[in-house]
Amino acid sequence: MTETPGFRWFRRIVLTFLTVFTVLPLYVLVVTSVKPLENVRGLFTWVPDRITFQPYVDMWSTIPLARYLTNSLIVTITATVLALIISILAAYPLARLRFRGKRVFSMTVLSTQMFPGILFLLPLFLMFVKGEEILGIQLTGSYTGLIITYLTFALPFSIWMLSGYISAIPQGLEEAAMIDGTSRIGALVRVILPVARPGILAVGVFAFITAWGEVLFASVLTDTETRTLSIGLKLYTSQVDTLWNELLAASLTISLPVIVAFMLVQRHLVSGLSAGSVK
Amino acid sequence: MSTTDDTEEPRPRAEEEAPAAESHGGGTRKRRRRRPDFLPYGMVLPAAAMELLIHIIPMILGIYIAFTSLTQLTIRNWTSAPFVGLENFVRGLDPSGALGSELFQSLFRTIVYTALVVGISWALGMAAAVALNTRFRGRGALRTLFLVPYALPVYVAAIVWAFMFNQRDGMINRLLVEDLGLLDQGPFWLIGDNAFWVLVIVSIWRLWPFAFLMLLAALQSIPGELYEAAAIDGASTWKRFTGITMPMVRSSNAVVLLVMGLWTFNEFNVPFLLFGDVSPDSARLISPLIYEHSFVNWNFGLGAAMSVLLLAALVIASAVYVRMVLPKGNSND
Repeated sequence: MTETPGFRWFRRIVLTFLTVFTVLPLYVLVVTSVKPLENVRGLFTWVPDRITFQPYVDMWSTIPLARYLTNSLIVTITATVLALIISILAAYPLARLRFRGKRVFSMTVLSTQMFPGILFLLPLFLMFVKGEEILGIQLTGSYTGLIITYLTFALPFSIWMLSGYISAIPQGLEEAAMIDGTSRIGALVRVILPVARPGILAVGVFAFITAWGEVLFASVLTDTETRTLSIGLKLYTSQVDTLWNELLAASLTISLPVIVAFMLVQRHLVSGLSAGSVK
Repeated sequence: MSTTDDTEEPRPRAEEEAPAAESHGGGTRKRRRRRPDFLPYGMVLPAAAMELLIHIIPMILGIYIAFTSLTQLTIRNWTSAPFVGLENFVRGLDPSGALGSELFQSLFRTIVYTALVVGISWALGMAAAVALNTRFRGRGALRTLFLVPYALPVYVAAIVWAFMFNQRDGMINRLLVEDLGLLDQGPFWLIGDNAFWVLVIVSIWRLWPFAFLMLLAALQSIPGELYEAAAIDGASTWKRFTGITMPMVRSSNAVVLLVMGLWTFNEFNVPFLLFGDVSPDSARLISPLIYEHSFVNWNFGLGAAMSVLLLAALVIASAVYVRMVLPKGNSND
């Protein structure tokens, strides 16, 4: 495509503005996390007077950060893995098989995406309380309740995207495998899964990010032992003051793994999306 | 997103009805298959069960709660909370009452907020996608950078922005007062009338990379020959954008705008993290308002009634939108 000078100017202006807009908070995040507290209080300084990594040391003892990190990891990884298995299972028949109630199922799954979380926060809490009474399983304040909630939140988008992705894979691939004597499930595992890997990766990242960042349900369904990072970080704020440098050091530390994971798969994410339902 | 998928619909239905009729009619018709195929049902079962447990049943329960006077006193024994009929709806909806007028103000504010955030995020995302769909140095690095706000956990983003907008220690007031000299004194941002604009800016910062990502994916699936042909015909850059790009991303646009619209309309995390349990008056959106009634004032019945109204509004708006925007028979399942 030929580029006109006008287009080049458009590109320069747009990209400069968006770079500044994106980078500004990230700069504040990084620079504040290496400032001593007296440099954080009062007028903001663009360049720290003194760089110190003390906030990265102190943040672990100010609040039980390691425990919250472990909680977040357990909940998020379990929810992501389960969401992937369940959505692959559901996406395949939606893409390939004909069955009664398919349309009702896909419409129901899709429409749950638009329900505001606030609508079922309380009912879910009440159900979990009743469930504990009847089944004797701890659901509120345990990992279980949070895991099944988060995995379900990831399902609509994951099923929708994966079924689009699988539809785009030529049917001949599985048929060939099935002629060779594999069952449908065998063909799914051996043929479809490897081919659909970018799509699965993209969906997994989406599920991970959704669960890692969830706030509302974590605030109601966890207790002091099972608190996740999204709620635990509040404890850097006392009635009098906020330890901004430690808070931002902790924020940066827990964001880095997510961002690095995201960067590693982002190429697949774009190709996964363009091959999936967003055509 | 396939409410309008009528090209594919008749075929499966015709085949599905045959075995069903036969099971009732007892072998009058020739069997198509030896046994019914349970495989698809077995495969969707886990998903259906989870959806039922976490979405469908709670929603029905929520609708029921809207007709009860569930408060913190009755919460322990919620199955026996008194049934009060439409009382919650009458109180919550009456525009002349304090609660009703607050609800409608908040609803109107949420609509304005949604239009601003979605509109600007879409425009930024589209501009970035168009710019990055060309070849130049540093393109990969910028694409990676632009996705960082999307990958960053929402609470981290909100924490950083809350620090930036801090009246005494924040970067924004430093920039406006000391560096640019635009204001004499740094205002409070997180309380009072300014809070609404803080909410809008932070929400856009979070959301636009999603539009960018989805639209970039859509742009990359447009064949390059279309642009080459148009360039040979002498079409300007703008003509190519309106004539080729926009029509080609039409269905992506519809999906992206709908999804972003729903997310933004239901936004809870950003205001909750920026402002806490109770948002400032100028920035009180509908989801935080419901949270406030349910978990701060402990009036669960009223909160549930407001949720039901919100849900009804969303369902109607989405149905109208899907019908208007998605062209018939041109949607992907």
